[in-house]
Amino acid sequence: MKQTSLYPVQEKPIKKRFVLISVLNRDKYLYAMFLPFLIYYIIFNYIPMTGLVIAFKDFKPGHGIYHGDWVGLKWIIQFFNSPYAYRTIRNTVLISLYQLLFGFPIPILFAVCISEIRQIRFKRIVQTASYLPHFISTVVLVGIIMNFFAINNGIVNNIIEKLGENRINFLINPRWFRTLYVGSGIWSSFGFSSIIYIAAITGIDPSLYEAAKIDGITKFKQVYHITLPMISTTIVILFILQLGRVMSVGFEKVFLMYSPAVYETADVISTYIYRQGIESSSYSFASAVGLFNSLINFSFVYTANRISRMTTQISLW
Amino acid sequence: MKQLNSIRDTDPVYNALTYVIASIALLVTLYPFVYIVAVSFSGSQEIYRGEVYLWPVNPTLEGYRQVLNQKGLWTAYQNTILYTIVGTLFNLVATTIAAYPLSRRSFSGRRFCNFFIAFTMYFSGGLIPTYLLITNLGFYNTRWVMIIPTLLSTFNVMVCRSAFSGIPDEVSESAQIDGASDWKIFSRIAIHLITPTLAVLTLYYAIGHWNNFMTPLLYISEARLMPMQVLLRRVLIQASSELMDIGGSSDDRAAVSIQIRYVTIVVATLPILASYPILQRYFVKGVMLGAVKG
Repeated sequence: MKQTSLYPVQEKPIKKRFVLISVLNRDKYLYAMFLPFLIYYIIFNYIPMTGLVIAFKDFKPGHGIYHGDWVGLKWIIQFFNSPYAYRTIRNTVLISLYQLLFGFPIPILFAVCISEIRQIRFKRIVQTASYLPHFISTVVLVGIIMNFFAINNGIVNNIIEKLGENRINFLINPRWFRTLYVGSGIWSSFGFSSIIYIAAITGIDPSLYEAAKIDGITKFKQVYHITLPMISTTIVILFILQLGRVMSVGFEKVFLMYSPAVYETADVISTYIYRQGIESSSYSFASAVGLFNSLINFSFVYTANRISRMTTQISLW
Repeated sequence: MKQLNSIRDTDPVYNALTYVIASIALLVTLYPFVYIVAVSFSGSQEIYRGEVYLWPVNPTLEGYRQVLNQKGLWTAYQNTILYTIVGTLFNLVATTIAAYPLSRRSFSGRRFCNFFIAFTMYFSGGLIPTYLLITNLGFYNTRWVMIIPTLLSTFNVMVCRSAFSGIPDEVSESAQIDGASDWKIFSRIAIHLITPTLAVLTLYYAIGHWNNFMTPLLYISEARLMPMQVLLRRVLIQASSELMDIGGSSDDRAAVSIQIRYVTIVVATLPILASYPILQRYFVKGVMLGAVKG
């Protein structure tokens, strides 16, 4: 039995230093386990962040990244004064918006359809087939696009000709680029993206449907009034997350698909950075544009997350 | 009552629409593959005349013979397989060891380390500083560049961390009472308890390595180190004539080149397509792993 006294006993606080040491000692294996990877992150992730200083300097090869004259915002101003700023930003935003507009609803629509199919074999076949394009590498995917839509022997133009129309030069005409890019993106990802919606739909309480059926609801109304609202949380989160990525169109696919003929609609920020930095070796300039892009992306994702948290109470962090 | 329900349940328009959409999805997904395989087995003249739609016309193995005889193809294939196997191994070891401390709730460095790696998902140095760093470290034209810079994927570390967190505390506590160190708990117990997650991570990392195109594009210029994807780009997109060694008219050459390309697609994608039916449930599981604990 603990001895109680009438007066509160002042206990001497344990010195913080000793607690720290004993805790570090207790966790020493864990720290040892993580240490090599802490170093890995420092080297390959954080040191490049410090390397961003060359965005504000006049980098000359041979001088080292951290030397060179300080030029402040010269490169950023140069970027915005060039015609490429408007073009690349516009293309980046447009491609992302098209992807959102056309590519976002399709997996949802597909998921709703699949969930209604009663024949298990057919359902399984369609689902399995739909995931397949996701695992084709970007190179092969673009290779397929280039060959299918080629002017001379592409299957698409072959069919177009058979139907009596003229062959279309899909790959040289800038106006087709976004369509091809977004369309092929939808083809390769709709199945895989639908997985999460299908899972959400299977989680809907069946008694909701039963109650509605007793009141004589039609199938279409079922989807509109029950299915979609019940998975709306999932939809909203994914929508907001995708919105947060609007300024970050990936480099690989555009790079593989584009050519100088279609730069007008195809050149995005990431490919511009690549050309300026890697091909033209304008390291400082490209870093400045890259920094600008990273900051914009970060703020978009942060804002998107705040909105998500405020509206749905669910967020990334 | 049941009859009444079933009458209301059948909306023929809705059902038909569902099946139509599903069928369209199936067709749209599979037709490109069917066409590619068909062309790869067809005669080159027939391809050039645009006669192939669904079946091989004038079936021949000529394209395969030519492509499979190219030494460059086999070098690239070997490289890809090497990078995939070694790389995935390194990835798994690194990811599990890094994730384990993060999953232990009593780990004092937990908050800091979690933030430290999570931050890298939202902000990074960008292409140029990373490129400068990696080349300055001497990774250019080495095999290690395909393995070390991509050692850890923060997202996968988080998935692994969630998996470790799912292990009941009693398990590790009882091991601790028996005198096991953290490392022993990790290597003898924890690892074995998360095998489904490890299977998914293996798959994701392996596919990442197999399809990796950016790294060799930036850092490898020697042909003997090149993986498949770079070769594929040359053959499929830049329409190189390196895989052709025939004479004949320029029409002939164009016809064969198309066939070579489609054969190359089949040859390059075959491993994934062949293992796909077996592995696909792991793919699907992977999506849920990421979504549940996030």
